[in-house]
Amino acid sequence: MIATILAAAPAGAAMSSTPFVAIFTVFVLAIFVGYYVVWGVTPALHTPLMAVTNALSSIVIVGAMLQTVNINGSMFTPTSLLGAFAVFLASINIFGGFAVTERMLAMFKPKVKKAPVVTTESGGDV
Amino acid sequence: MNDLTNTIAANADWFYLIGAILFVLTLRGLSSPKTAIRGNRFGMVAMAIAVATTFFLAEGPVLWLIIGAMVLGAIVGMWKAKTVAMTQMPETVALMHSFVGLAAVAIALATVLHTEQQHGTVARLELFIGCFIGAITFSASVFAFGKLAAKSWAKTLVGGWVKPVQAILFIAMIGFGIVYFMTDSLPAFYAMAVLAVVFGWMWIAPIGGGDMPVVVSLLNSFSGWAAAGIGFTLGNSMLIIAGSLVGSSGAILSYIMCKAMNRSLLNVLFGGMGTAAVAAGGDDGAPKNYKAGSAEDAGFLMANASNVVIVPGYGMAQGRAQNAVKELYELLKEEGVNVRFAIHPVAGRMPGHMNVLLAEADVPYDDILEMDEINSDFASTDVVLVIGANDVVNPSAKDDPTSPIFGMPILEVSKAQTVMVIKRSMSTGYAGLDNSLFYMDKTMMIFGDAKKMVEEMVRSINGAH
Repeated sequence: MIATILAAAPAGAAMSSTPFVAIFTVFVLAIFVGYYVVWGVTPALHTPLMAVTNALSSIVIVGAMLQTVNINGSMFTPTSLLGAFAVFLASINIFGGFAVTERMLAMFKPKVKKAPVVTTESGGDV
Repeated sequence: MNDLTNTIAANADWFYLIGAILFVLTLRGLSSPKTAIRGNRFGMVAMAIAVATTFFLAEGPVLWLIIGAMVLGAIVGMWKAKTVAMTQMPETVALMHSFVGLAAVAIALATVLHTEQQHGTVARLELFIGCFIGAITFSASVFAFGKLAAKSWAKTLVGGWVKPVQAILFIAMIGFGIVYFMTDSLPAFYAMAVLAVVFGWMWIAPIGGGDMPVVVSLLNSFSGWAAAGIGFTLGNSMLIIAGSLVGSSGAILSYIMCKAMNRSLLNVLFGGMGTAAVAAGGDDGAPKNYKAGSAEDAGFLMANASNVVIVPGYGMAQGRAQNAVKELYELLKEEGVNVRFAIHPVAGRMPGHMNVLLAEADVPYDDILEMDEINSDFASTDVVLVIGANDVVNPSAKDDPTSPIFGMPILEVSKAQTVMVIKRSMSTGYAGLDNSLFYMDKTMMIFGDAKKMVEEMVRSINGAH
């Protein structure tokens, strides 16, 4: 349901010619979505939450890529080099952030059920 | 082929929308350890969609430069993710925040220097806000990283001069920003960026190590707002949505941390604890007695109890004792003892720090309880073992209205029959307060390194057979 609200709001908002208020609407609604979704995160997973949000905010890579462009036929301009530097930094966070989150989440395991047959079997996995 | 490119470029917003929805589902997945991994995968897919779409959208991209930077970043990122120790997560997260901040600054600068683009007033306002949030996030996170990793250059600043300097820096930064906004002057933009970097450092440098969970959460929030700022500049709703999600996530974590310390965010950021700690020295009239015991006694007591609760704190992380603790947990389980863990929201150096360490050591998460879940059980607990935690178990927070931490929610371990505290010495906690728990008749102090002491307990229980 939240997704439908979001889908309705931006209708074409990605064009920079759309009025500021349209894109600001997306911003405000997204904060509300974030508010409710994050309160639902279990406290035990707050560290993975921080790691994965790091990867998410590295979506700025989109902005970085749009600046790493040829300007007047020249590959190397201050703009393209700064853009490439930002791509590099964001990539560290994207790959590192998702990978370290995956690594942490894989550690969270529930209790092994105490059926007598299972306990003898599970003795092997350490 | 050209048709395909045009079609994708024309429909880019739809792809970004799919990405944005998947980002929401990523965070939704974290509501339970069972769904969290799936959520993380959604995030990866969303990022891949966003990056792939952007390749079609860019006008004349320098492909090899972009891909080269990505591959290099991927290598560094994956290597770091594989090798980092779980005890080092707080500083690693802080370092990652600084990368987002620096990337935002680089993008804003690249946009300003783009010779073929004119920037109207709205674009200049967005660039200016995006750049200074990014710059503050960058330098503040670098300091937080240094502080958490105990680097010698990350010195806590003290003195009356700090606040006026902060204020001057901040006002000057905004001033140059306004000059840029009004006149499109490049030097003003540079000056603003540099001042923002200095301000970010000066802002976090006076804050002590114990308050770092709040600072790290807050910078998490900032990195999100920086991303949203870039989104405004580009008019890209996916960036705005992702940035807002992260921004609210960090804000909520900061709120939770502050509430768990019974302090306001302003109080953490602009001081107050330093003076309170001095005022707390009032009750130092009579010498107080405490009982010291050995790890063997502690092991014996726990093995013969029926209910044991272990309270880990920063000392467990610092002493890398989590694997020894897991061994103790298993051994006591074998003896038929009901062992559980109690986690205070601000235990450790970042939200959820203890949970990750215990998960790494293979303690099942059903036996790890939050403060609200376990506080009512302490009265029926035989033995509580506190490992390197102090302020979060200080009964003064409940009974002593003159205490600076009065009103802070605590783990009520003093209600248990016996309390055992592993600690290096009788020194005070991060709040600089004495802990009345240590002087109670039911309390036994065990002095020494957390890991060594827990290992000795394990040996003594094993030796009893």
